[in-house]
Amino acid sequence: MSGIPHDHYEPKSRFETWLHERLPVVALAYDTLMIPTPKNLNWWWIWGIVLAFTLVLQIVTGIILVMHYTPHVDLAFASIEHIMRDVNGGHMLRYMHANGASLFFIAVYIHIFRGLYYGSYKSPREVTWIIGMLIYLVMMATGFLGYVLPWGQMSFWGATVITGLFGAIPFIGPDIQTWLLGGPAVDNAALNRFFSLHYLLPFVLVGLVAVHIWAFHSTGNNNPTGVEVRRGSKDEAKKDTLPFWPYFVIKDLFALAIVLMVFFAVVGFMPNYLGHPDNYIEANPLATPAHIVPEWYYLPFYAILRAFTADVWAVQLVSFITGGIVDAKFFGVLAMFGAIFVIVLAPWLDTSKTRSGAYRPMFKFWFWLLGIDFMVLMWVGAQSTEFPYDWISLIAATYWFAYFLLILPILGWTEKAKQPPATIEDDFNHHYPEASGSAAE
Amino acid sequence: MIRKLTLTAVTAMSLALGAGAAQAAGGGEGGYGHIEDVAFSFEGPFGKYDQMQLQRGLKVYTEVCAACHGLRYVPLRTLADPGGPGYTEDEVRAYAAEHFYVYDEELEDDREALPSDHFPAVSGDGMGPDLSLMAKARAGFHGPYGTGINQLLRGIGGAEYIANFLLGFTGEEDEVAGQYLYENMAFSTGWVQMAPQLEDDLIEYDDGTPATAEQMAHDVAAFLMWTAEPKMMARKQAGILGVSLLLLLTVLLYLTNKKLWYPIKHGGKQANL
Repeated sequence: MSGIPHDHYEPKSRFETWLHERLPVVALAYDTLMIPTPKNLNWWWIWGIVLAFTLVLQIVTGIILVMHYTPHVDLAFASIEHIMRDVNGGHMLRYMHANGASLFFIAVYIHIFRGLYYGSYKSPREVTWIIGMLIYLVMMATGFLGYVLPWGQMSFWGATVITGLFGAIPFIGPDIQTWLLGGPAVDNAALNRFFSLHYLLPFVLVGLVAVHIWAFHSTGNNNPTGVEVRRGSKDEAKKDTLPFWPYFVIKDLFALAIVLMVFFAVVGFMPNYLGHPDNYIEANPLATPAHIVPEWYYLPFYAILRAFTADVWAVQLVSFITGGIVDAKFFGVLAMFGAIFVIVLAPWLDTSKTRSGAYRPMFKFWFWLLGIDFMVLMWVGAQSTEFPYDWISLIAATYWFAYFLLILPILGWTEKAKQPPATIEDDFNHHYPEASGSAAE
Repeated sequence: MIRKLTLTAVTAMSLALGAGAAQAAGGGEGGYGHIEDVAFSFEGPFGKYDQMQLQRGLKVYTEVCAACHGLRYVPLRTLADPGGPGYTEDEVRAYAAEHFYVYDEELEDDREALPSDHFPAVSGDGMGPDLSLMAKARAGFHGPYGTGINQLLRGIGGAEYIANFLLGFTGEEDEVAGQYLYENMAFSTGWVQMAPQLEDDLIEYDDGTPATAEQMAHDVAAFLMWTAEPKMMARKQAGILGVSLLLLLTVLLYLTNKKLWYPIKHGGKQANL
């Protein structure tokens, strides 16, 4: 399966041979677990395991929560309180599930930015990248649907605002919104289908994650130098790699234990820190909250959605050209989805021959500015739309697009990159001068 | 690890900002919406509910608040649960029967409440919102600049909000369209429909604590924190246990990882651990 030459599973006992001829499942597990992995991977490469663990955590806690939850507008909020008060360990299950969503998104954002820095999206890993962005989109949908289920004020009004985005599509928007909600407004039909889909999508995620892993097991992992593993022979490949088990499994589990320690501290000591107090008020279609704020993990893109108001010249221009079909609201929706779409296009927008950002002096500056930009967008997404927040969000949103659409393509031509090490082995030995000891003797 | 770094950085930053951050917290118009910190016993990872305070708070709720506010999500039996006011089952039975009537669908009539019933829901003209979850449905502190640092350091502050609200009346009244409004410094817009309720010696505490308005406000705020989060003690214990076990696991995995990688990083030499 992997392009890197390595030892494959050989059935030994008679039973193993018998099974292998009929279903090579042990071989699949062996080859997956023993995949040659660049030995110079740094600590930014641990988030994949964290994400896989979190997906399982969310599915397990979620399935148990469903046993006690009632998807009905009159009963949902009370059934959550039933879980919090009457179900054994229910309060821990629910807080783990709610904060697990935050852990999921922290991990996925670091994972994505790691890919952006080290050029993991570049050839030949474009498919891994696209599947990864699909996973991220499905995560966003799943998180949103799940947040509606407790049927608090933010659940209700968040659902109203987000499905309203589809209503902004010209001509057919309102019909699509009605179709999505199963009625003219967020009500029992919407709650039921959101519940159904919230249960379905995590299993879609499992499938996508399997394809994601399959894809990068076919190309091999990227690594901090961006230099490919040598594939001339098994011996050559062994100098650059170590088997995933046990070296990276143990390393990743160590990192996972630290991450989970912080996670447990949040769940145990401040489980509502990342939530919104208004969601402890039952949904009331007649009372709009003073500020409708999405969960923190949507804020960067929510900020981009709100940044393009009717007084921005670009919006006016597009509105004029399209004869008013694309108004400010629809422009904002396009901008929000566009902001994610440009990440998907990164493999083709980045023209640099050097894969890893570690050897690109100019790129580093613009990359870290993008990181700051992301934090600014996250913060401004929770603020009002008054001055100066409107300007801050407009500038930050513009930079987001400029990075992908202008800076990445131009840098490839103008920048003079440094020379990466010739091999992964060289890089590793440079960090650990003693490592080559046995080879020299 | 990054989360941890971020938390550390944020904590360090907010310590540096310190006093400035605290002042920027109350951001309402004309000084409204300002919430002062109250040192409750249940704050922090090791904080516990003060059982006597919860009992006093229940008395304030029963004799003052219950006239207009329900606690519909709170089962009466939980008054005897560990980590709560800590009454005996007999005391709860007596309390339920003495104070509350519920409608029984089988009897088709009202009867005295049992421990298996919930506190009654109160609704109708002039009645206030349900208080079961009020301590989690309000925030005491934000900021500075919407960064949430104050909440990281001092908690979400729902109990502080309730205590500040009860003590925040200025005595000013206004009549708008036949509706009396009362000025309250803790309320975001400054004017509320609820009249001031607490005054010194309004009730008499069983444990002899002087029933000042401030004492009653703090006690009922603590009680309402318990109604909103009855499993807080169990949750913190689980947190301490979870963090401790994961710390142990982290140490073990650190050593395993070090030993495993040592020969790779040191030319085949074995680690001395």
